[in-house]
Amino acid sequence: MPAMWHSTFILVMVLLAISRPSLASQARTEESQGTGNATEHTITTLPIVIWKWEEIHFPYLVALWVLVSWLCKLVFQQNPCLTSVIPESGLLICIGWVLGGIIYGADKVQTFRLQPFTFFFYLLPQIVLDAGYSMPNKLFFGNLGAILVYAVIGTCWNAATLGLALWGCWLGGAMGDIDTGLLQLLLFGSLIAAVDPVAVIAVFEEVHVNEVLYILVFGESLLNDGVTVVLFNVFNAFVSLGGAQIDAVEIIKGIISFFVVAVGGSLVGVVFALLITLLTRCTKNIQIIEPGFIFVLGYLSYLTAEMLSLSAILSCTFCGVCCQKYINANMDERSVSTVRYTMKVFANGSETIIFVFLGISAIDPSIWVWNTAFILLTLLFIFVFRFIGVFLLTWILNQYRLVPLDFIDQVVMGYGGLRGAVAYGLVLLLDENTYKEKKLMVSTTFIVVYFTVMLQGITMKPLVTWLKVKRAAVAERTLAEKLQNRTFDHMLVAIEDISGQIGDNYMRDKWNNFEEKWLYWLLMTPFARKSCDPIFNIFHKLNIKDATSYVKEGERRGSLAFVRNESKADVDFNKKFDADFSEMMPYIMTENMGPDHVPVSSILRDSVPSVCLDMHEQDLKMRESEDFDAHHVLQQHLYKGRKQHRHRYSQKHLEVSKDEHEVQEIFQRTMRSRLESFKSAKMGVAPPKISKHLKKDQPQKVREDYVEFSEGDSASGCEAAGSSFPMRAYRGAGIVNPAFMAEMDTMDPMPPMQQIPSWLAEAEVDSSTVAPSQRAQLRLPWTPSNLRRLAPLRLSTHSNDSFLLADSPATQEGISEPPPPPPPQDGQGRGTHK
Amino acid sequence: MGASQSAGTEHEFQDLADRTGFSLEQIGNINKRFRQLTNNEETLSREDLASIPALDNNPIRAQIINAFFDKRNLHQNETGTVQEIGFEEFLLVMTHFRPAAMGLTEEERENLRREKLRFLFNMHDTDSDGTITLEEYRWVVEELLSKAGIIGQETAKAIADAAMLEVAGTTRGKMEPDEFYEGITFENFLQILKTFDIETRMHVRFLNMDTATLRCGKSK
Repeated sequence: MPAMWHSTFILVMVLLAISRPSLASQARTEESQGTGNATEHTITTLPIVIWKWEEIHFPYLVALWVLVSWLCKLVFQQNPCLTSVIPESGLLICIGWVLGGIIYGADKVQTFRLQPFTFFFYLLPQIVLDAGYSMPNKLFFGNLGAILVYAVIGTCWNAATLGLALWGCWLGGAMGDIDTGLLQLLLFGSLIAAVDPVAVIAVFEEVHVNEVLYILVFGESLLNDGVTVVLFNVFNAFVSLGGAQIDAVEIIKGIISFFVVAVGGSLVGVVFALLITLLTRCTKNIQIIEPGFIFVLGYLSYLTAEMLSLSAILSCTFCGVCCQKYINANMDERSVSTVRYTMKVFANGSETIIFVFLGISAIDPSIWVWNTAFILLTLLFIFVFRFIGVFLLTWILNQYRLVPLDFIDQVVMGYGGLRGAVAYGLVLLLDENTYKEKKLMVSTTFIVVYFTVMLQGITMKPLVTWLKVKRAAVAERTLAEKLQNRTFDHMLVAIEDISGQIGDNYMRDKWNNFEEKWLYWLLMTPFARKSCDPIFNIFHKLNIKDATSYVKEGERRGSLAFVRNESKADVDFNKKFDADFSEMMPYIMTENMGPDHVPVSSILRDSVPSVCLDMHEQDLKMRESEDFDAHHVLQQHLYKGRKQHRHRYSQKHLEVSKDEHEVQEIFQRTMRSRLESFKSAKMGVAPPKISKHLKKDQPQKVREDYVEFSEGDSASGCEAAGSSFPMRAYRGAGIVNPAFMAEMDTMDPMPPMQQIPSWLAEAEVDSSTVAPSQRAQLRLPWTPSNLRRLAPLRLSTHSNDSFLLADSPATQEGISEPPPPPPPQDGQGRGTHK
Repeated sequence: MGASQSAGTEHEFQDLADRTGFSLEQIGNINKRFRQLTNNEETLSREDLASIPALDNNPIRAQIINAFFDKRNLHQNETGTVQEIGFEEFLLVMTHFRPAAMGLTEEERENLRREKLRFLFNMHDTDSDGTITLEEYRWVVEELLSKAGIIGQETAKAIADAAMLEVAGTTRGKMEPDEFYEGITFENFLQILKTFDIETRMHVRFLNMDTATLRCGKSK
């Protein structure tokens, strides 16, 4: 830890050493430039290196400051005991003070300060975009009414009461002699009334309050920007106009302007969200910069709204909120995680910078004007009126809410009224000539920000614990839960329909229908439409996880055999699949099972030898790669043929998209394996986890299988084989792929299904061939006699497999021909053969 | 509508209100809706519910309708289904969807939660044997997912399997090889949905206002 501090301070010192000469005095800079020019002109020999500080000092300083801010965060995060007491935002402000003090001590003037322009155009947008993008949509729209009430009425209430109360005190003479007026105080009230999204996110992220409470505070902080901007502009204009000029018309104009600014800003956001979504429909071929579009367009939505003098924060928020669902479905999975992480990096990074600079900017005596009465009264009024506002509005809302907000929630909401950098940015925008007391306002803003962020931030956690506020459940949603959720939603709608009520559920159902019917069609790629279902996504993730654990298990067993035995199978397997690779598959789950319609490509021919040659190298690598990311492992060990294939493609800049086929395979394979292992779990032969299965079941079952196969009639045997092969995949180490083959053969009779993703293709095929056997298996658990009978059936695949293995050399030889169109009898034939 | 029986129903409603917690206005509204659904008959049949046009798009329509005729949901300690239900039964099913009152004790809340989850559980457990077997689960999931046409039936089946497997994994922990999971019991059901705030979510807004007739007027 000390080392960490040390390095930070050294860095700061270096920074100062560099920055001092450059920024201390313009004259010196000029001078050095002059001398620099002089030396350039008079050089007599080629300089090997030259010192070019002046040219790059600006970006260099920016980068250094970003680095320093982030290092501060790093230092704090190393200290869990510190961050558990004081919220990070408070700590960052503190370190900002220290840094500011050092700079001031060195320069005797505050050279670095958070400029409103920097704040509003470079630091804020990404935070807002991130907030919108990762907004829990259902929760947000479900509580939109309440959020709007708090954001609009609550903010107006805060602004008005604070302004009026201060004015009253000023008239009463409590503040001494300051040059202000009602309008100026109202302006001040309006800029400091708004709860700040940055501060709220920073504090509430660490206190896991229940989701409704969180969304209310958080949503309010985002949406009240529209109000703040309007109030600020209106009062700013009023102040310039002067009290005499303000009549009813102007006030009505102000109210209209509020609606235009808020609604207009939101609309701009929605338009940009549409743009982003439509764009991601066709960025399939430029996946590398695909994530960039979201950032650029998100930023543009902010700038456009700002340009039109609409609410930029609202615009950016709605842009994120509206597009998230569709772009996540449209984009490649990797692009989605890139967007997600990059967004977080930007947002978190600039949040850090904002807080550090909020600290630094304050260490400057020239901005401070102290007026005890004004500052203390402001603090008091902000605090008191916030609470009154919350209680009042909640009382009204509770008359209509089905789940009323209880008292404790209201206290936390009131207490969570944090002010932050937006107020600071706005107050710096004031014109010093018009606002004689600008400095006082700036100082007060600082105090208010520090008070709310530091004191309320620190006490928030204990308060939440003390009041026993209902916390959010941190558990991730499971598949079963998601399914329940879905059932649940439909149930509520149905009950509303039956009872003849038109409620929220009814409206939501109508919206969902509309969305499914029109928006999906408009905004999503055909493939994305299939995958946008959250249930499906979870399912998909589970499958990937299974595949991962499968490989890990194989590795753990040191299963060189696991890989080696596979080699022949792999050949075959690849043959079938490579056929598909010749076309670009846009989505993970898309695949084409019909091998007979695609000629064997040259790739295919290559992949066969490479698999065999690679074997030993693979074995070696395998030992080293224990720690590798599982994904990596998959690529290396299970899909060797593909690996070669990918190298070839990597010369094109498209290489990123190549992986899909592997994922697709894994997906498909594990999907079935889940089904199978589940069945076996049900039948009591195997635990749900693959790992156990591997060891315990294999030996005796394999034997059994040959003995008892005759018991099942061959047709159903084949079906069972088709449906249950992945089990074998787990059991018999290397037999995964041939097993797969068996399945594929059963599918051959299907006509080529270019457009249909595997998923559906399978569904169709399976329902025709496999379903009966599955149904048969379903009943098994209850009838032991069936169970015995089933075991051979299920295992019959194994015999198929071994047979297939015997077959595979033949297939290898015939590889340059188009793959033999395997007839439907293929599986059957094998069965009878046995 | 019910002028002739008003004296009797007044008392009856008061009785129902005491038992179910609905307000008199709400009961009146629900009663109106009930009569509207039954065409002024005393009892409601499955066909009456199935003929509600708004239900047509609901993927789990069959399950919902069954729930109304399930004796378990009618607070009778017996299983099986009835063919027709009267207004009282109709109302009893509706009570499952009343919002939680303010200021419940921990115990009451837990009871409410169990009650609501029981309703959900019963909807899945079609043969009333106390466990949701794979087959039963699949049925619901398939209906739920494949109706929309986005997810195929086979996929839905696989998803049901995966979810079941997940439940088995979370409730049983590691299973021995010779063990098998026969289905989700109610205890398991409680366990998997423990983070699900059902007591604050499973509710419908029963207005005091008479929307049934409003809507009725609209459709005419």
